[in-house]
Amino acid sequence: MTLLAPTGAGHPPAAPPAARSGRRRLLPYLLLLPGAAWLLIFFGVPLLQLAAASLYDPSGSLSTGYAMTWAVGNYPDVVQAYWPQFLRSFGYAGLALVLALLLGYPLAYAIAQKAGRWKNLLLVCVVAPMFTSFLVRTLAWKTILSDNGALVGLLRDVHLLAPDGRLLATPFAVVLGLTYNFLPFLVLPLYASLERLDHRLLEAATDLYASPVQAFRRVTLPLSMPGLVAGTLLFFIPASGDYINAELLGSPNEYMIGNVIDSAFLVRLDYPQGAALSFLLMAAILAVVFGYLRRAGTEEVL
Amino acid sequence: MRVSRWLADRWVMIVALLVLGYLALPILVVAALSFNRPSSRLSYDFNEFTLDNWRQPCATSDMCDAVVRSVQIGFIATVVATVLGTLMAFALVRHRFRGRSGINVLIFLPMATPELVMGTSLLALFVSAGVPQGFWTIVIAHVMFCVSFVVVTVKARLAGMDRRLEEAAMDLYASEWQTFQRITLPLVLPGIVAAALLAFSLSFDDFIITNFNAGTTVTFPMYVWGAAQRGIPPQVNVIGTAMFAVALLLVGLSSLRGRRARRANLLAGPATPARRSS
Repeated sequence: MTLLAPTGAGHPPAAPPAARSGRRRLLPYLLLLPGAAWLLIFFGVPLLQLAAASLYDPSGSLSTGYAMTWAVGNYPDVVQAYWPQFLRSFGYAGLALVLALLLGYPLAYAIAQKAGRWKNLLLVCVVAPMFTSFLVRTLAWKTILSDNGALVGLLRDVHLLAPDGRLLATPFAVVLGLTYNFLPFLVLPLYASLERLDHRLLEAATDLYASPVQAFRRVTLPLSMPGLVAGTLLFFIPASGDYINAELLGSPNEYMIGNVIDSAFLVRLDYPQGAALSFLLMAAILAVVFGYLRRAGTEEVL
Repeated sequence: MRVSRWLADRWVMIVALLVLGYLALPILVVAALSFNRPSSRLSYDFNEFTLDNWRQPCATSDMCDAVVRSVQIGFIATVVATVLGTLMAFALVRHRFRGRSGINVLIFLPMATPELVMGTSLLALFVSAGVPQGFWTIVIAHVMFCVSFVVVTVKARLAGMDRRLEEAAMDLYASEWQTFQRITLPLVLPGIVAAALLAFSLSFDDFIITNFNAGTTVTFPMYVWGAAQRGIPPQVNVIGTAMFAVALLLVGLSSLRGRRARRANLLAGPATPARRSS
């Protein structure tokens, strides 16, 4: 106190400017420290641990312990064993994405441009499914698509489905479930982009003799690109890593890579294999995402 | 021309309403099934109307235990994640410092990483460190994936705030702490509350990450997952419907409050502060 006290008598007891600015400079780091540490320790370090585990000696086990042998061979092994599930994951997620775009774009457009004072209510309807549990909702599809249900009965009556045909335990059910579960993630960012769309631009296009299709392709679509890119990523990333829909609505014939990883870690307790699969999944998704971002040409998403 | 445009307008709206129907259908089914007396444990079809499930939601006691556990985990994870995330949001919006882009990447990455990868990597860490899995490892995992969403939500609110209000308080001899307490905090609070609600709903509904880090602890989603193999008690649909009703009520209340606040602002005169141009 005496050391820091200013020489002038009767001065207000404010901290000297040097100490004050020093503390100021430290403050952001103090604010960041707990959160950043949590993310580093429980998100960053585990990724390294997963990478290490993917190179463990595959002949070890949980009870005897694993030896770190830099077994790079784990990767070709899992690809050889599980490439159908990998392909299926991206196939189903891609198919669901196309469906979601066909359903979600008109929905986002209608809410943003046509809903007027109903806008907020319709937005609540979009997020409403997320108010109940993901698993309970997915199980509800099991009721809707059930062999004794009205939908299957109708499809059988109009001969769209064979008399013993089913919807459950088919790729159709899994893709439908994926589309349903992740549709709001696609619609919300798309809505945010379309909401800012200036309607006068469309009118200008029409005045200049653009057909509705042309106006859409040359004006609406390019202007909604940031939302479209963000929405497709928010849809595709969780959809390709999902295994709940394949488990509840499909059968082992529809299993995706997530089902394999789940059973590698929790049933077969084969950590090196599970870790290698997890890492491959992340690498594949990152490759798809960055390839897509480069083609879409919008960096502002990140 | 006019007719075709009229049709085009209606066409988009009709498709939109059909899609909303597709989104709403499972919720209606869940609500209907909450009044169902199933013919057998493994049947998913509607059989007979009954009020029993609502009268005795805890007839299967493990399920209610799981719900309580999910609420406990959600509460703790929400408090921790909201505090950590809000501090980070303040640092990012209000301060200049080195390493900002690194921090932004650290916050963004968990939101872009598949849950499966986060779940399995945490499992690998806990196993290699010899940490027994259970209640607290679930809490740790939930805080981890909620923090980023809290940061993004609070940041958005902070960035849209008028800084001149705080400057005015300081000019009127409020200390830094007083300014924070009386001006900053009340203004950011809606953002913090929204972030906390988001964190709680993410935590309460999480299955994939929890599944890898729960040990033998059972949360509500894990109970449903296990029951899907053994046969779902109809009370699961009661919980699903009740969750939906509570969330809807919260949204309704907040929009009502928002409307009242806007009306109050109008009555208070045209003194609404202009947005700070950043």
